[in-house]
Amino acid sequence: MKDKIESPIVLLGARLLSPYIMVFGWYVIFHGHYSPGGGFQGGALLAASILLIRVAGGSKIGTLQLNEKINTPLAVIGVLIYFATGIAAMITGGYFLDYAFLPIPGMDPAWLRYTGILIIEVGIGLAVMAILIMIYDNMAMGEDRD
Amino acid sequence: MKLLKITILILFAAVLIYASSDLPYRGDPDTVMHNARSITDTAVIGSYAIQESYTETRTPNMVTVILGDYRSIDTFGEQIVIYTAGLITILILRRRRREDEG
Repeated sequence: MKDKIESPIVLLGARLLSPYIMVFGWYVIFHGHYSPGGGFQGGALLAASILLIRVAGGSKIGTLQLNEKINTPLAVIGVLIYFATGIAAMITGGYFLDYAFLPIPGMDPAWLRYTGILIIEVGIGLAVMAILIMIYDNMAMGEDRD
Repeated sequence: MKLLKITILILFAAVLIYASSDLPYRGDPDTVMHNARSITDTAVIGSYAIQESYTETRTPNMVTVILGDYRSIDTFGEQIVIYTAGLITILILRRRRREDEG
């Protein structure tokens, strides 16, 4: 893609839109208790905000924003947050993913389950975001380098 | 031909809208499916979730409670599916690019 000139206007528009999409993605994740939304939808929005920069600015600018070496562990961390929540409830005496047994002091079981749902939604959001970016990176990144 | 497609689409939409007028209200515990009993004669999950989800988890969104709490192992499986898809793109696509360069 050497013969094509990258448009600064498109990149500027993407830079304007991207933070708002990212904030809306976190809103969808954290407001999933009260409105439609949740980890998968919010994670897709977070991925959209980062992929917008990658599509508009090319692989060089995209790598500056979120490196592959940070992105791949993020997917693992997202899955591990979910799994660790389940195991933590199991260690303290409940079943796997029984949030009422989470080891957080000073909370009754109902609020513990509220918190547990919130923790796993964040884990799902991180994993979905990182994996969508990972799929785009492996399929399309490096195509415009040569 | 285009007119035929548009007519078929409009007819199909009309059928769907007519059918949706017969649906029960969302969250109504008196509908047929929520009054169903399982084979061991216990209440099904629908009416239980409608009645107990707020008092058990303090979360107003019933769907989030079912996805994140009552059926959380299913959601964990979904996440593993997406994770596997990401791993497969690493295994298949990333190696081929390296061979092309070298």
